[in-house]
Amino acid sequence: MGGWRAYLTTASPRSRRQAALQRAWLGWLTFRTNPAAMLGLGIVSALVLCAAAAPWLATHSPIEQDLVRRLAPPSAEHWLGTDELGRDIYSRIVYGARITLRIVALVAVIIGPIGLAIGCLAGTLGGAVDAVLMRLTDVFLAFPRLVLALALTAALGPGIENAVIAIGLTGWPPLARLARAETLTIRRSDFIAAARVIGASQLRIVAVHVVPLCLPSVIIRLTLDMAGVILIAAGLGFLGLGATPPSPEWGAMIATGRKFVLDQWWIAAMPGLAICAASLGFNLLGDGLRDVLDPKLR
Amino acid sequence: MIAVRDLTVRFGLGADVVTAVGGIGFDVRAGESFGIVGESGSGKSTVLRALAGLVDDWSGAVSVAGAPLPRRPDRAFRRRVQLVLQDPYASLHPRQTVDRILAEPLAVHGIPDADRRIVDALAAVGLDASFRFRYPHQLSGGQRQRVAVARALLLDPEILLLDEPTSALDVSVQAEVLNLLRKLRRERRMTFVLVSHNLAVVANMCDRVAVMTGGLIVEQLDAPRLAAGTVTHEYTSALLRASAGYDRSHGAHDAAMG
Amino acid sequence: MTAPGTPAILEVDDLRVAFPTRGGLVHAVRGVSFSVGREKVAIVGESGSGKSMTGRAIIGAVPRTGTVTAKRLAFDGMDLLALPPARRRALAGRRIAMVLQDPKFSLNPVMRVGEQIAEGFRVHGIARGAEARDRALAMLEAVRIRDPGRVYRAYPHELSGGMGQRAMIAMMLAPGPDLLIADEPTSALDVTVQAQVLAIIDDLVSRSGMGLIFISHDLDLVARFCDRVIVMLAGRIVESVAASDLRRVSHPYAQGLLRCVPRIDGGQGDLPTLSRDAIWRAEGSAP
Ligand SMILES: Nc1ncnc2c1ncn2[C@@H]1O[C@H](COP(=O)(O)OP(=O)(O)OP(=O)(O)O)[C@@H](O)[C@H]1O
Ligand SMILES: Nc1ncnc2c1ncn2[C@@H]1O[C@H](COP(=O)(O)OP(=O)(O)OP(=O)(O)O)[C@@H](O)[C@H]1O
Ligand SMILES: [Mg+2]
Ligand SMILES: [Mg+2]
Repeated sequence: MGGWRAYLTTASPRSRRQAALQRAWLGWLTFRTNPAAMLGLGIVSALVLCAAAAPWLATHSPIEQDLVRRLAPPSAEHWLGTDELGRDIYSRIVYGARITLRIVALVAVIIGPIGLAIGCLAGTLGGAVDAVLMRLTDVFLAFPRLVLALALTAALGPGIENAVIAIGLTGWPPLARLARAETLTIRRSDFIAAARVIGASQLRIVAVHVVPLCLPSVIIRLTLDMAGVILIAAGLGFLGLGATPPSPEWGAMIATGRKFVLDQWWIAAMPGLAICAASLGFNLLGDGLRDVLDPKLR
Repeated sequence: MIAVRDLTVRFGLGADVVTAVGGIGFDVRAGESFGIVGESGSGKSTVLRALAGLVDDWSGAVSVAGAPLPRRPDRAFRRRVQLVLQDPYASLHPRQTVDRILAEPLAVHGIPDADRRIVDALAAVGLDASFRFRYPHQLSGGQRQRVAVARALLLDPEILLLDEPTSALDVSVQAEVLNLLRKLRRERRMTFVLVSHNLAVVANMCDRVAVMTGGLIVEQLDAPRLAAGTVTHEYTSALLRASAGYDRSHGAHDAAMG
Repeated sequence: MTAPGTPAILEVDDLRVAFPTRGGLVHAVRGVSFSVGREKVAIVGESGSGKSMTGRAIIGAVPRTGTVTAKRLAFDGMDLLALPPARRRALAGRRIAMVLQDPKFSLNPVMRVGEQIAEGFRVHGIARGAEARDRALAMLEAVRIRDPGRVYRAYPHELSGGMGQRAMIAMMLAPGPDLLIADEPTSALDVTVQAQVLAIIDDLVSRSGMGLIFISHDLDLVARFCDRVIVMLAGRIVESVAASDLRRVSHPYAQGLLRCVPRIDGGQGDLPTLSRDAIWRAEGSAP
């Protein structure tokens, strides 16, 4: 048995880092036993790999046109066929992973912290702060996503950034609600009372004692949400409101393929499959994470 | 050191209002050890939580450490008054190691030399250093309770409020913890308020004792009188009789009484 | 080992619970053997000596990292370790019950206390609807809760320590188990209420023939309340005596324990403590 395994399982860890690593190791052991979760992890990892290594994985340029070979079916030369401008669909999908992943990452970075902060603050402080923050949440929750995105792109012009802003603005309220609900049960517990007795300020209690406990469920929810974000981003692309034309955005690719869907089905189907797989991957991953992170199921 | 007049605490709304503490008064002198015993649900913990500034809604006149009990206690107050909560399972943060739990009070008050203090505090409550980086769920009940006591002692408070500090400890560790507390009180002139359902522990640790039932103090007596069993109130004598040992007839007696 | 005349409902032979560590395994329980009939068996011993883990191993609630092994762990003739997980869980809910050491912690924080008890009746198909509710209320009353109606509607954090313990006891007694493992069930109760709650358990043992494993620190209490006492130290049983003989135990550790018990009329001096003898340490007390 390797020394690292003992290091990860001893009952009396010798340092903070070891204790934390042990926890992570235990989580991994649980995660590993769940095949669906492992599939999800595999898909998401593949997506990341595609994005990172796109220039090496792609067989052609994603934007270079080759009108001679337009609308070619899948073949040895073009694995997934070509589109109406003769661009290699496989390469476009590989590069498209970058766009999708960028949207997902940007959205996560925006809505995660905002949702967590607002939810935890509202739940812990209670009273007027809670009321104000929750009404604000309701307001944003009431906006229909797609309509807001339409309005924003109409005002600011199409582009990924505007799509991200639109998705972000409407994406955080559910997270805030979730974090607040968690906080409400946490804040009455004795260990929070103990933190107050010690003299920790409200802010410290939220940041140091409450947030780490809300984090798991927010991360789970965020991961599950990402599946939806991918679909919305694709939807915006489809409507021509996301990425601008030459860029290989999956939704936009479907939109152009629409015209040929009966005869050249691969143009719309291939990016469609990519969207399906990516959003399924995030879904499975989120479910698996729930088993690992959710303290109630521990 | 502590003066309580007419302390009342109510919880809840409408039909479910509970008067947890119904207007009680007592005094604790500096350096004294004051015990509270009483029926389960009679408001003992609530009194301690109020004294520690954890109850938002109370009425009455309470002074702690020479000043009126602040509605929003500041850090200086926190340092002088510490509370060990009743439930050792719930009072430790589930995602923090023992080390992190003990470092927290030191970090909040900017006390230097955390490493040494944490090791000393663990040793003082009889926990091996190998427990330092464990999570609470890796500890037994008694081990958790000792961590909670160690946390309160780290700030070196003037007033220590102890809610059943030894209820999860076996008698040998209980004896060690009680001896430690007694020694600290002597050396640092601490003031104790100790809640326990174990009359023997209270008789051993406290100079005076208040007996509570139904949110009221029904009797106050000093240690010699408790030891001798010269009590006046009916509930106190029922308590003493039941302490003499398990006997099912006590159940019958009290059922008739309540 | 069972008291004569009562068939054993639980047989434990060489039970071990271990948590993996650097130098092999840390043994929380290291080879415990006993059996329980329709009687009251107490387990006492030092903090961290493996009392709770023994109970948890029997009901199947040892934390994931731990491994449980035994030559035999049989409940009513069924080998618990060989049982499929689903059967075992069903058994644990219905025929074996455990009052955990941390009652308030084990209650669902966002569900009303009474609903949780009533749920117990419903899940086990004992009663449904309004009847489950009434029986839950009756249970709360039976454990001497003064205001059962309010406590039924209360959330766990609104209860005092002792009320939480009694709610948990009520919940565990609801399905009428054949074996009750009670881990310090009365540590937060004052002596009068304690006597009343124990009387209920006593009745269940003597009338319905329930078996009881009673984990406690209160030596005086177990000497009076239980039939037999098992003394544990560092994961092993060091002594097993009839409760009436507790004062005459032979193992130096058990004798030492008895000396540490404070007395009401014992004065205010330092209490005697155990000199944690090298021999006991060598047996490998918790790390
Ligand atoms: N947050 C709360 N909300 C509503 N009721 C509460 C709350 N906290 C305590 N109570 C009620 O106040 C009463 C007194 O509770 P307290 O915890 O002070 O009792 P106690 O004397 O410490 O009892 P025990 O010995 O069982 O711990 C109980 O009836 C309890 O239900
Ligand atoms: N998850 C875990 N990982 C490692 N060690 C553990 C874990 N859980 C418990 N232990 C250790 O196992 C030993 C036995 O614990 P157990 O809870 O059975 O003690 P106990 O006899 O019930 O003590 P107490 O009277 O204090 O409750 C303890 O030393 C404890 O630290
Ligand atoms: Mg209490
Ligand atoms: Mg235990």
